[in-house]
Amino acid sequence: MIKNKQQLPIPLSSSQILDMSFLENRARLLEIAAFIDRIERSADPDTGKADFRYKSFIEGVRLLLDDSAAVKTSRIQINFSDPTTEPIASAIKLKAHGAWSGETNEGY
Amino acid sequence: MKVIDPHIHMVSRTTDDYLALAYGGIHTVSEPSFWPGFDRCGVDGFRDYFQQLTVVEPARAARFKIRHFCWIGLNAKEAENTKIGEQVLAILPEYLDSPTALGIGEVGLNKNSKNEIAMFERQVELAAVRNELMLIHTPHLEDKLKGTRIIMDILRNEPRIIPSRVLIDHAEEHTIGEIKDNGFWFGLTLYPDSKGSPARAVDAIEIFGADKLCINSSADWSVSDPTATLKTVNEMRRRGHPDDLIRRIFYDNPADFLGQSPKFSVA
Repeated sequence: MIKNKQQLPIPLSSSQILDMSFLENRARLLEIAAFIDRIERSADPDTGKADFRYKSFIEGVRLLLDDSAAVKTSRIQINFSDPTTEPIASAIKLKAHGAWSGETNEGY
Repeated sequence: MKVIDPHIHMVSRTTDDYLALAYGGIHTVSEPSFWPGFDRCGVDGFRDYFQQLTVVEPARAARFKIRHFCWIGLNAKEAENTKIGEQVLAILPEYLDSPTALGIGEVGLNKNSKNEIAMFERQVELAAVRNELMLIHTPHLEDKLKGTRIIMDILRNEPRIIPSRVLIDHAEEHTIGEIKDNGFWFGLTLYPDSKGSPARAVDAIEIFGADKLCINSSADWSVSDPTATLKTVNEMRRRGHPDDLIRRIFYDNPADFLGQSPKFSVA
């Protein structure tokens, strides 16, 4: 489906893409597996698994395998995003975590 | 291959980095005002910084035959403190008049707060009154989609702002489509951890096209790479994209956007 949205053709065949990028992405996949294993091996794995960042991460992994997600990168980005629309009351002492905590901080 | 980096924070980089840019064919850069990694304690800190941007860095770059331009603005992070922010807004015109200041930037939102929005709206008003180009900072990570939409609402509500004179930066896969649909330029930033990689930037070019697109390193004091644009050029070459397309993205496009300021010229 993503092909229909393309503005510029990729000059590579799928085999060429695999030749060029398989090894580096194989390594990335193993890094993700090791990251999940590391949390499992920690002293308190249940705490980590209850963390909003971990939950968002696992949902992102699930989206990778969802064939209905036509553009997986964009779907995973949205999965990590704050879905609210109202401004927050104050940004003092707040930082970005990479995943939405579920707290709106609204008060505007 | 000559490259223009339209967003790089050279005040945070070493002189060796200027040398690396020159060796790599990056002979023209533009540097937006930004957050230095700590909150300044008063307007004088901003004065020193704007002096550095408008006087010191152009001279430092010139040693390597690099042409240095800048953007003047109150960054979103420090906009939360409106007391200092008001004083900073008052001195912006003085520095916008500098011969190398191309417009207002990088301004926008950080956490999408009430104060950030108020200070951003004031700077949009200033850009409209002075007919300045704008370079927009969008929030990081989970706040980006929401913040990009709020920013575009504010810009669209100001009829004197022409979208083709605004570049909305740090766009990613989930925000590019809406930015393009609204007629703005969009910027892709190459940060290894928190934004995009050369490979994902080239994916975005293939999916969304080369129109109104600028690619930048945004290299600063954190994890970043001043030669990231060159690595993305290499990624395009590896994939077999033609040289004229590469030149368009890394040289013609930024020259077209920045060239809307009469102060701009390429090295």
